[in-house]
Amino acid sequence: MLNFLGILFDGLAYGTLLFLISVGLSVTLGLMGFINLAHGVFAMVGGYLLVVLMGRFGMGFVASLPIIFVVVALASLVLERTLYRPLYKSSHLDQVLMTVGIIFVAVAGATYFWGAGQQPVAIPDWMSGQLPVAGLDLSRYRLFLMGVGAIITLLLVFGLERTRFGARVRASVERHRTAEAMGIHVERVFQLTFAIGSGLAGLGGALGVNVLGLDPGFPLKFLVYFLLIVVVGGPGKVIGTLLAALLLGVADTAGKYYVPETGAFVIYIAMIVLLLLFPNGLLGRSKVI
Amino acid sequence: MSKQVATSSIAMPHYLVALAARERWNKVEITFWLALLAVYFVLPGYLMFASQILITGLFALSLDLILGYAGIVTLGHAAFFGLGAYTAGLLTKWGLGEPVAGLLIAGAVAGIFGYMTSFLVLRGKDLTRLMITLGISQLLYEVANRATDLTGGVDGLQGIAVGKILGLFSFDMGGKTAYLYVLGVSSLLFVLVRALITSPYGLSLRTIRENPQRALAIGIPIRSRLTNIYTFSAMLAGIAGALLMQTTQFVAIDIFNFQRSADLLIILIIGGAATLYGGFVGAAVFMIAQDRLASINPEYWLFWLGILLIVSTLYLRGGLLGALRRLMQLAQRARKGGRS
Repeated sequence: MLNFLGILFDGLAYGTLLFLISVGLSVTLGLMGFINLAHGVFAMVGGYLLVVLMGRFGMGFVASLPIIFVVVALASLVLERTLYRPLYKSSHLDQVLMTVGIIFVAVAGATYFWGAGQQPVAIPDWMSGQLPVAGLDLSRYRLFLMGVGAIITLLLVFGLERTRFGARVRASVERHRTAEAMGIHVERVFQLTFAIGSGLAGLGGALGVNVLGLDPGFPLKFLVYFLLIVVVGGPGKVIGTLLAALLLGVADTAGKYYVPETGAFVIYIAMIVLLLLFPNGLLGRSKVI
Repeated sequence: MSKQVATSSIAMPHYLVALAARERWNKVEITFWLALLAVYFVLPGYLMFASQILITGLFALSLDLILGYAGIVTLGHAAFFGLGAYTAGLLTKWGLGEPVAGLLIAGAVAGIFGYMTSFLVLRGKDLTRLMITLGISQLLYEVANRATDLTGGVDGLQGIAVGKILGLFSFDMGGKTAYLYVLGVSSLLFVLVRALITSPYGLSLRTIRENPQRALAIGIPIRSRLTNIYTFSAMLAGIAGALLMQTTQFVAIDIFNFQRSADLLIILIIGGAATLYGGFVGAAVFMIAQDRLASINPEYWLFWLGILLIVSTLYLRGGLLGALRRLMQLAQRARKGGRS
């Protein structure tokens, strides 16, 4: 039982990371119907930025995080303007090819600068180690992750449900054309949400260096995870994405723990089954892309 | 059919003339295949490489059928290629060394697998299809990775002695037999595919790609057509995989890699989708460039490949053959303009 709780805890922390990274992709897909396979690249860039900031500039772990968010968000704005925008109306195949191209360039670049190996990051002392809670030894770092995840989820939900900008985003996701007819500048809304989503992915990548690992193969290794979370959660839906990410996090952790010999089987089989059972996402009624 | 058209073309409506013209082999096409035959005599030192290009071209042709003509986006076509290669490899290992029989069985196995998975793939739209095809090929990778007794894992099946073709011709070190064998099989399959694509069946596939609603309205059974072509394409890919295994006498699990499926897509796009020859042209350009650039540094190659992909999707539509066709149209228009 304790064992199970431990796995549940690890899985939820893992799921939180997956959520942070994929929520931006969910928006890209929901808002523009753009198939962005390169979303993991932003997370990887976040991870490497953390390595550079802490290693070369001697910055603290926590102090680096906001910088990473801002830098990745700004970088994504440039990419959106130059590479993504011309392909909004193109076929899905073109979008897939272009974003696979971005992945290749990123993988080659990361290998060139940092080599093919895993990058370690030293987390501060107060965050490492265990915290005994009711007979369970919980990792402090994972607790921290879940805290960050909870705060960001609250901010996102508040931003989407309670602010004017959030209303614009929801309107644009719901019906692109009508929103435009009502005077909402959908492309600008998209630009901003794209930047925020990429920034969050960067943040997730940085936070995840010690959990997910960091090597040049990152964008491809987790591609299936991100896509699956978004499709199952429903494109453009924050809560759906969160649920899907947590579910997948727990399932993957449990699979690796209880039946280690199956390895990556679990995730691929889960994907095929989930897609067949819920072609419209867990919470239903989402756009089919 | 084509003779009738030639004699009575005045009475034929223009669209029938156009359709009949599509069926006829033109000079460029005949030159293309003669040139491939000439490679055997002119470049005897490169026959191994040339057969690999041809095999990749055949593999790309199989993708062209579903992607270019039927409009099914896939990121996991390597699944069928790998399945064919392993089937042929295992058959040889277990004592059935005759290559042609190996090809047929490999094609059948890949085709059956394609038929079974087609129901999963065709359920969704583009994104779901991408994910399911990717998932299936990764699943096969995992299976091959676990079943090391059967597949040899990362080391693969090595040094398998392939028997004589039809019991008559044995493979030689220089790859002469291999090249003729590959050329023979590919040209035979190409003729088949070409006939298929120029037939009304091929036109119905294009209709489905261009406008599914209208296709349905004029009575094209969309679902069965797509299942059908997906199965056929899987079979072709399996045969291509078997050819690769038989000519290199080697197969390892990286045959199921994501990279291979992605590369194949790129090859087809570079060459030009829905052109029949795009796959072969793309394979030649891609593999020669890869051979040159990757020998300097594999990362270097990946980087430029990425750049090429980005630039070509943004600026170069229709691939190399598309660009060539536009160029020829321009030249033709210039000539006509000069005459009048």
